[in-house]
Amino acid sequence: MAAKKIKLRAKIKNGVAQVKTLMPHPMETGVRKADDGALIPAHYIQKVTCERNGQVVVEADWGASVSRDPYFAFKVNDAVPGDTIKVSWVDNLGESSSGEVTLK
Amino acid sequence: MTITQTRRRFLARLLAIGVLALSPLKLLARNQPAFAAEEVDATLQALLGDKPLVNSTDIMLKVPNIAENGAVVPVTVTTTIANVERISLIVDGNPNPLSASFRLFPGAAADIATRLKVGKSSDVRAIVETATTAFFTSKNVKVTIGGCGG
Repeated sequence: MAAKKIKLRAKIKNGVAQVKTLMPHPMETGVRKADDGALIPAHYIQKVTCERNGQVVVEADWGASVSRDPYFAFKVNDAVPGDTIKVSWVDNLGESSSGEVTLK
Repeated sequence: MTITQTRRRFLARLLAIGVLALSPLKLLARNQPAFAAEEVDATLQALLGDKPLVNSTDIMLKVPNIAENGAVVPVTVTTTIANVERISLIVDGNPNPLSASFRLFPGAAADIATRLKVGKSSDVRAIVETATTAFFTSKNVKVTIGGCGG
């Protein structure tokens, strides 16, 4: 199953970039049961990396208790139009995805 | 070229490959014991070690008082504390209390928002760490529908 792309929105306000991301992902905890009573194996994003122009600004470790299709917002100081913001994730099964946006 | 020289070069390359192969591992280092802990105290111990933990009013933790759907509880943390290195979110009542840990690097503002699963009514804590101290604040969330059942 190919992982879906991260959706990214960003805007600069008073020199600070507000970045909002949505990452389509099941975020299975591993304790939920399917209709037939069988456990659904854990499947969740473990690491999220946010970069500005190739430099890491935020690096997040997640457990399975982040909601399904995670929403994550962060702010980057001293942002100027033309900066690129890249967000990528890796899950516990080794799948990954990323998204990129250029600030206007 | 003598055999010794070739051997040296070969060994040097082998070492270089080894270092390259190891570097992503270091980048991916994750505090697994903290995420696997099942009690809040054990989580804090694994997360902070000996770092002093103090209550702070300089952390703004925004969570709803009542969450209609525990599977999606919006959480926002902002702080006026300077030189923040890490922000962690802990849901006391969850099977594994530690939900997320955000490392902030130069350029990042101490202002993050996400959504968490909250299994049952419980406290949500935000832990804000500087190099030397950990600050925390907590807020209770009442959940009317479970977050883990679905």
